[in-house]
Amino acid sequence: MNIYSAASSENHHEIFDFATRYGKQIIWIGLSFVICVFLLFIESSFYEKFAAYIYLFCMLLLAGLFVIGKNINGATSWYAIGSFSLQPTEFAKTGTILALARLLNERKFSFAPLINKVKTFVIITIPAILITLQPDPGSALVYISFILLFYKEGLHPSILIIGTGAIALFLATLVFGYVYVIAGILLLTLLILFYLIKIRKKSLRFEWPKILGILLTIIGYIYSVYYVFNYVFKQRHRDRFNILLGLSNDTKNIGYNTYQSIKTIASGGFWGKGFLQGDRTQGKFVPEQDTDYIFSTIGEEWGFWGSALTILLFMTFILRIIYLAEQQKTKFSSVYGYGVACVFFFHVLINIAMVIGLFPTIGIPLPFFSYGGSSLWGFTMLLFIFIKLDASKNYEL
Amino acid sequence: MKKRSLLFPILVLVTTLVFISRLFFLQIIQHNPKEVSLTSSTIKRIYTYPERGFVFDRNQKLMVANEQTYDVKVIPNEVEPFDTLEFCQLLKIDKDYLNYKIKRAKRYSRWLPSVFLSQLAKEDYAYLQEKIHKYKGFSIQRKSLRHYPHQSAANILGYVNEVNEELAKKNPYYEQGELVGTQGIEKEYESLLRGTKGVAYKLRDRLNKVIGPYKDGMYDSIPTPGNDLTLSIDLELQKYGELLMTNKRGGIVAIEPNSGEILALVTAPSYDPNLMVGRKKSKNSVILFNDSINKPMIDRGLQAQYAPGSPFKLIQGLIGLQEKIITPKTSFYCHHGYRYGNAKHNFMGCHCDIVNRPIDLRLGIAKSCNSYFSNVYKRLIEKYPTAQEGVDKWANHLHSFGLGNYLGYDLPSGKKGHIPSAAFYDRYYPRKNWRYSTTISNAIGQGEIITTPIQLANMIAAIANRGYFYTPHVLKKIDGKTINTKKYTTKHQTTVDASHFDPVIEGMHDVYKTGTAKHVQIKELDICGKTGTVQNYIRKNGVKYNLADHSIFVAFAPKENPKIALAVFVENGGYGSTIAAPIASLLIEKYVLGTHTLAWWENKMIHTSLEKEYQKQLSIKNLEVAKK
Repeated sequence: MNIYSAASSENHHEIFDFATRYGKQIIWIGLSFVICVFLLFIESSFYEKFAAYIYLFCMLLLAGLFVIGKNINGATSWYAIGSFSLQPTEFAKTGTILALARLLNERKFSFAPLINKVKTFVIITIPAILITLQPDPGSALVYISFILLFYKEGLHPSILIIGTGAIALFLATLVFGYVYVIAGILLLTLLILFYLIKIRKKSLRFEWPKILGILLTIIGYIYSVYYVFNYVFKQRHRDRFNILLGLSNDTKNIGYNTYQSIKTIASGGFWGKGFLQGDRTQGKFVPEQDTDYIFSTIGEEWGFWGSALTILLFMTFILRIIYLAEQQKTKFSSVYGYGVACVFFFHVLINIAMVIGLFPTIGIPLPFFSYGGSSLWGFTMLLFIFIKLDASKNYEL
Repeated sequence: MKKRSLLFPILVLVTTLVFISRLFFLQIIQHNPKEVSLTSSTIKRIYTYPERGFVFDRNQKLMVANEQTYDVKVIPNEVEPFDTLEFCQLLKIDKDYLNYKIKRAKRYSRWLPSVFLSQLAKEDYAYLQEKIHKYKGFSIQRKSLRHYPHQSAANILGYVNEVNEELAKKNPYYEQGELVGTQGIEKEYESLLRGTKGVAYKLRDRLNKVIGPYKDGMYDSIPTPGNDLTLSIDLELQKYGELLMTNKRGGIVAIEPNSGEILALVTAPSYDPNLMVGRKKSKNSVILFNDSINKPMIDRGLQAQYAPGSPFKLIQGLIGLQEKIITPKTSFYCHHGYRYGNAKHNFMGCHCDIVNRPIDLRLGIAKSCNSYFSNVYKRLIEKYPTAQEGVDKWANHLHSFGLGNYLGYDLPSGKKGHIPSAAFYDRYYPRKNWRYSTTISNAIGQGEIITTPIQLANMIAAIANRGYFYTPHVLKKIDGKTINTKKYTTKHQTTVDASHFDPVIEGMHDVYKTGTAKHVQIKELDICGKTGTVQNYIRKNGVKYNLADHSIFVAFAPKENPKIALAVFVENGGYGSTIAAPIASLLIEKYVLGTHTLAWWENKMIHTSLEKEYQKQLSIKNLEVAKK
């Protein structure tokens, strides 16, 4: 609770910077308190019982976008109601986590049977696909974060390892080119085989098909990365990766956002320029600074201490949710809490990493900071349902 | 199960660590405090320019003033369709110009103003001002230009230029397109004349649009106006000098001996300073700078280097007295010249025509006897064990009179001239077997000696002062307050004692009474002078061609408490007495007495043209080959 109020009070400060939008945001914040109260009044068992329906409702909202959605900035992600618009993408996260919690709460649930793997996969894939089609691939990426939840709940770590390995190889291919990476992989394989045969004296007579299979898969993957990157990706995607990996130096067109954002943060120094004194913020040098790039404002006006404190608060907040999730007596609350932590963590990670130039530009909001009513409401719902579940843990079995 | 729940918290902690170290790198290590300062790209500086200071002559006559002109500027994005025909008529431009300029402005920036038409005439401005509201995106900006109420002293005053990229990079005060003094006084005293521009800091957004004052105008400043300068130049004397130099090439430098103030600095041919102002400037400057025949942009008073000729004998006599190798009574005979070797050509001719009696120092100066000063030079060089030592000793005396180096006056152009040293001759005669006779031309101010007119004038000022001089300068007052610069109030003592000057000055006085300047003497005034006639040649394809002699005259007046010392140099003017001497007398009379007794000479000088002689030099066919 404290953390939320701390975070949202800072939200007020930042919002004051944007005379045109901060008024709207105040209304959103006011309404979000109404939602909080409403959510807290609902019986906690309601969430468990109706999880599936909430999930379905969210999916219908997402699907409905294709019929009556409003197109803003090239993505049909909005329902327009008067001058306000709602983005169901933000609420779909809540629905999905509830559905996952409900599924994993089933007695004797285990990831071992294939059917369960498929079930969880389907639950997260449906919203991901619907969101990607809007198209808003950045928001769809959030669903990857649930892999942490699954791992904790007993999913075999191989998926995690394969996933991480795939990302590492992907980046390596882009930086060094596929020829060198394949050569490196072959060399590494030879070294491992040498180690196994000569030093560990292992007989690999029956393992050869397996080894060759793995090797061919890896090489195929590397080549397909190369192929997809150069022939399937659009130029703007390629540019983003290239700038981030330092393969091209561009401060004018594609790299403008990242360049300006880094410049703005660096100009803050240790103490910052003071509230409302950020000349780069006031000059609107950073595009989308009140939404996705809001962190650069903190960096400029509050300096190192302010931005570091913000990060520490966020991380403490997430750790607190994880801790509380572990403490839950019911599996449902526990899974739900863990899912909430996953979503928050993913948003903070991707957003701040993008703003400080560690990740490519992926447009997702920073919870409680970025302008946007839907995202504020979405995170409020995520959080307060968990608070309600947490508060009622003592009465239930 | 417990182990597995550790992964997420660890990930969170690692991310925290990575983020904070990245922030530390960006905000502490990469943070550049200068970027936060007022030069940041988010801050626009709007300048208010003060008026440039006025310049007056020593009698408070206005020499340089300012004139208002108007620039038409355009911001391409704000331009709306307009009546181009009427607009072109108003500005007296054609449609091609209009289209071309708008295209260029767009290429520069769509959001920022660029100059559309600079320096509008006053009448055009009056019409345009009433109608400019009809043309959205166009605006008029007032600009101050230099204005000269007369046509003189361009070489002293100099001119202002627009700041170019190079200077703007070198000096952070300036921005491209501002005005900066580039020659003469405008350059030398730029920081006084320009004042300090006022600046207002405005916050701007990413499109360069101003969104408000920066920190409520905390750092803004108002302009301080430029200082008005009073020069030591006497504008009337300067004008008169320029008039007398009509159709001649050369320089005149007049100095007030007891202060070092430059009274006149004439170069001929010169130009009207108003040519280097305004819209016609670029066209005119191309013409002026490319005139390689008349070279009007060269200040011959400061930059032309000539052999000094006979006036050099004055200093030669002084050195002789100081080195005690002669006394005022010491006499030599002259046999129509001086023989310094056994070969037939080892003979220097002389025009003094005194063959039947000995010549002493005073007579030697009055009659400009070559033989006398050759003897002095021989004694001087041979006083020391080696010729090297002798020449260095001699050069040392000359340096003390300010010869052979920049004088340190307050104008940005000049030449060193040259006084040869022993090392210089050793380079040419590596066996070091040179003697006084090798360098005998030095005795009469020819040979390897070269001086600029201002150096000669300064030398005469030192003689007029009997042994010291002040660094010549043109600045007299700043905002009406007399300057007190140490550099210009320090006496430079020469190596010759004051007691030695009288015989030389008497000789100079005799030049006017009985000698080569007798014809232009002024009865009411004791003037001391010395003529000079300098042979000169040009070399083309290894052949030496004779040119008409340079005409030189140096003088100061009155004899006691001198008010003016000057050097007049007329290229190819012939004898010193025919052109340079009358000009010097006319100037001295005008300045010291204000009378006008030499009217006949004045008329003659104004109407003497050397253009024919200069024309002749353009082709070697007209020139006679010099005798070996």
